Amino acid sequence: MGGSGSRLSKELLAEYQDLTFLTKQEILLSVYVVLAPHLVDDEQQARSGNEHTGRPIAENTDSSPLSTRAHRRFCELLPQEQRSVESSLRAQVPFEQILSLPELKANPFKERICRVFSTSPAKDSLSFEDFLDLLSVFSDTATPDIKSHYAFRIFDFDDDGTLNREDLSRLVNCLTGEGEDTRLSASEMKQLIDNILEESDIDRDGTINLSEFQHVISRSPDFASSFKIVL
Amino acid sequence: MSHQVKGLKEEARGGVKGRVRSGSPHTGDRLGRRSSSKRALKAEGTPGRRGAQRSQKERAGGSPSPGSPRRKQTGRRRHREELGEQERGKAACEGRRKRDERASFKEQTAAPKKEKEIPRKEKSKRQKKPRSSSLASSASGGESLSEEELARILEQVEEKKKLIATMRSKPWPMAKKLTELREAQEFVEKYEGALGKGKGKRLYAYKMLMAKKWVKFKRDFDNFKTQCIPWEMKIKDIESHFGSSVASYFIFLRWMYGVNLVLFGLIFGLVIIPEVLMGMPYGSIPRKTVPRAEEEKAMDFSVLWDFEGYVKYSALFYGYYNNQRTIGWLRYRLPMAYFMVGVSVFGYSLIIVIRSMASNTQGSTGEGESDNFTFSFKMFTSWDYLIGNSETADNKYASITTSFKESIVDEQESNKEENIHLTRFLRVLANFLIICCLCGSGYLIYFVVKRSQQFSKMQNVSWYERNEVEIVMSLLGMFCPPLFETIAALENYHPRTGLKWQLGRIFALFLGNLYTFLLALMDDVHLKLANEETIKNITHWTLFNYYNSSGWNESVPRPPLHPADVPRGSCWETAVGIEFMRLTVSDMLVTYITILLGDFLRACFVRFMNYCWCWDLEAGFPSYAEFDISGNVLGLIFNQGMIWMGSFYAPGLVGINVLRLLTSMYFQCWAVMSSNVPHERVFKASRSNNFYMGLLLLVLFLSLLPVAYTIMSLPPSFDCGPFSGKNRMYDVLQETIENDFPTFLGKIFAFLANPGLIIPAILLMFLAIYYLNSVSKSLSRANAQLRKKIQVLREVEKSHKSVKGKATARDSEDTPKSSSKNATQLQLTKEETTPPSASQSQAMDKKAQGPGTSNSASRTTLPASGHLPISRPPGIGPDSGHAPSQTHPWRSASGKSAQRPPH
Repeated sequence: MGGSGSRLSKELLAEYQDLTFLTKQEILLSVYVVLAPHLVDDEQQARSGNEHTGRPIAENTDSSPLSTRAHRRFCELLPQEQRSVESSLRAQVPFEQILSLPELKANPFKERICRVFSTSPAKDSLSFEDFLDLLSVFSDTATPDIKSHYAFRIFDFDDDGTLNREDLSRLVNCLTGEGEDTRLSASEMKQLIDNILEESDIDRDGTINLSEFQHVISRSPDFASSFKIVL
Repeated sequence: MSHQVKGLKEEARGGVKGRVRSGSPHTGDRLGRRSSSKRALKAEGTPGRRGAQRSQKERAGGSPSPGSPRRKQTGRRRHREELGEQERGKAACEGRRKRDERASFKEQTAAPKKEKEIPRKEKSKRQKKPRSSSLASSASGGESLSEEELARILEQVEEKKKLIATMRSKPWPMAKKLTELREAQEFVEKYEGALGKGKGKRLYAYKMLMAKKWVKFKRDFDNFKTQCIPWEMKIKDIESHFGSSVASYFIFLRWMYGVNLVLFGLIFGLVIIPEVLMGMPYGSIPRKTVPRAEEEKAMDFSVLWDFEGYVKYSALFYGYYNNQRTIGWLRYRLPMAYFMVGVSVFGYSLIIVIRSMASNTQGSTGEGESDNFTFSFKMFTSWDYLIGNSETADNKYASITTSFKESIVDEQESNKEENIHLTRFLRVLANFLIICCLCGSGYLIYFVVKRSQQFSKMQNVSWYERNEVEIVMSLLGMFCPPLFETIAALENYHPRTGLKWQLGRIFALFLGNLYTFLLALMDDVHLKLANEETIKNITHWTLFNYYNSSGWNESVPRPPLHPADVPRGSCWETAVGIEFMRLTVSDMLVTYITILLGDFLRACFVRFMNYCWCWDLEAGFPSYAEFDISGNVLGLIFNQGMIWMGSFYAPGLVGINVLRLLTSMYFQCWAVMSSNVPHERVFKASRSNNFYMGLLLLVLFLSLLPVAYTIMSLPPSFDCGPFSGKNRMYDVLQETIENDFPTFLGKIFAFLANPGLIIPAILLMFLAIYYLNSVSKSLSRANAQLRKKIQVLREVEKSHKSVKGKATARDSEDTPKSSSKNATQLQLTKEETTPPSASQSQAMDKKAQGPGTSNSASRTTLPASGHLPISRPPGIGPDSGHAPSQTHPWRSASGKSAQRPPH
């Protein structure tokens, strides 16, 4: 823990605090959650590899634990002592690992959340900074505006900038869970989506766009309090 | 196929829009560029001018050709302009970001999101170039900055600072935020120093340094504060298992603990500790001594447990305090402090409750509107992201599904009537039964309190008889709510309504019980007050006899009567304090025992007997207990009410309450995690939060009443407490003002207390309330009107757009023409608004626009018939049905730009 904290330079930490709604402790905690296992393990491995065998460390990455990618990146970047720290923060953590966090485990939108916050081109992994973004948006102090913005993007399953009927039905399916008994029937689904569009689709184009969404959300008394994840 | 068409449509429309937008400021910009940059800035700043700005930037990049003769002359200016440009770009960027966040309908519908993101990136790339160059150039000429430049830089620096401050609430990925932040910081650091002059420079730098330090300190302090919040992990654990509603109880409990800690600090620091340190020691005067009759039993545990004996004659209770005006070498005015602390306990509680209520309501704006969005709220805000436990998640799925189904059924059969007479009859019956219950419980308490007064007169009463009141009250509190719930099943209400009724009834029960208790207590107090006169006489008589009795050697002065032997009054204040103390303790015990028996033992039984039982205990009848949020919250609130009422008569009560809250935090956390299951149907936390606070405020007010009544209108006991010997308790105020303050202050106070001043003040307050109320009403009306207007506007625009979209799709080959025509029209209108002298440059501008628009340029020579659909593209011509409406948006757009005043 302390190790990971000291590894994150003070300036970077201050910048992260400027840029997120997180406190120092939360940032350090998320360093720990996302990276520290690798930082600790890999660094020890890498060090020992360096000292004892002297061979390039990039080679010993053929084993495939969850952390392979992070491991490899870390090892590649190790030689420059100063740079390695910051760069390792940019290491990509695959979705599986993020999804297995207890905070996200039970969330029906976990894949969506990861996709929305991922900045990697393949959209299959989160960097540490993406993860910080995620936590910042879901933190207690984040503004309702940014919360609703990201909520919209999470609900927008096909990433086309509006919530159409397809998105809404997938959203309903997410909310009602996988079980057969809790699924809504087709007619119920239609009725429900009709009602939602009736309420929220102000310009009557059959879809809900971001501003309409935020209009609705801003009226909701308990959105901001439930749209949060605490690490 | 349809997709493709749609895409084409989209593209075409985007193109049109972009061109249209770029059209109008283009010309105007060129014209006004040299004349005033401010105007350009304004034009840029208006939303929806992105295209224009972009193209302008492009030009700005390469505009001063190397061979230009004006180059040298304008070198300085150019640099300045670039600074401005950059700033403008920033402003525009800012505007766009805001638009992104707030997402004006226009932008949203005009172009999909992704398209928008690309230009943004381009922009940021492009921005870097001029910035760096400007940095370099200004660095070279940094020594001699004119006033104007200084002002501009200052403005920019301010803007950057604002950007830094608001960066965190921008929906960008972290990498972008980081680069932006670094750039902005670099800029600020670079130019901050250049702003001051001479001596001012150093001062300015110093100020900046201090500001930075202050920010850092604040942040560290905030970090520290969050670290200090207790039980964060426990509550988080509960949150993830049970959702936010159960956690809201624990957060409420924690908040309550904080409030009580403050009250505890007030009372202990200002009353109890001074008394213990500086007051007269135990046994020095009668009120601080256990009477002779009680002495032998005074240390028995059973006596102490009832707060009699030594506990009764300790600093925990009102009666122990002496009425000496000042105590100790500090000359601490204890009676005054006692009174002020009693008042400030209420004052602090009122302020803190109202403040937290206000901060809760700030977030939610439209309470009344929530009915309009029932389905959307269910859809978008029903998931509780805090849930981290799969079992809870399953429950949540189920409850969301049922709520969906319910609301669908509600919607479908909202007018369905069942046997309304039967329902009505059952509801009336249920209410009748519950009122009977309430009256019965009230009478029972009254009866018991009366009986306890008789018991108190008798000797050697049993344990049960002594504690009858508390036991009966706790039992009533334990058994009545389930009874109400059973009765409420008759009513067949919707569960949400049912819950409200249930809460209201439990509240009424508690309140009724509390007030019956108080009334009975008040009776008792009056009785004691009536007896006081005789006791006073007896005391005087005893003392008189003692000192004047014969048979004592007259030469030696008689030693004073031992304080334990002095007969004394009943001290009703201490009696009241003891009642509240007992009530609190028994309430606590009953709560704990209920948790142990009702939750823990039940859970153990269900868990372990399930292996050898006929039916499935876990799923079947006993099952596990749910955490009873409303009951627990109400219990906590009423307990707090008792604390508020009792703390004036028993300063130690708050200490006991702090202990109680502390233990119940740990105990209930443990119990809820070990033996409760998540709720099947949950009411949301935040909405109920203010509800709790409202109840708390009501209880606070109700508990303020009896205390205020006793302070204002009952005479204090003659031989105990800090106010003994006075006519009323508040006389201590008057006494202090008269004796300790200079006379003119006393006069001022007397003047302030004059009814002639108070009544106008109250009137003024009423007027202010009335005024503010009417202002807020008119504001909300204006709000509603604005909303209606927006909706109407949007719908109009939407219909136009859809019509136009159809038209464009039908003759997609004509779109370039139509778009160019579009631009023409705008240019025409522009021409009308711009002064004619600028026409030359406008012509140049047209050339610069290239072949795409030269077509349109040639058309500008046509008469101003552009407004009319004469030059309609041929494809649209035959379709006369669409034509008039099709031109509408253009006309409206051009009309708008025409309306814009020439800057």
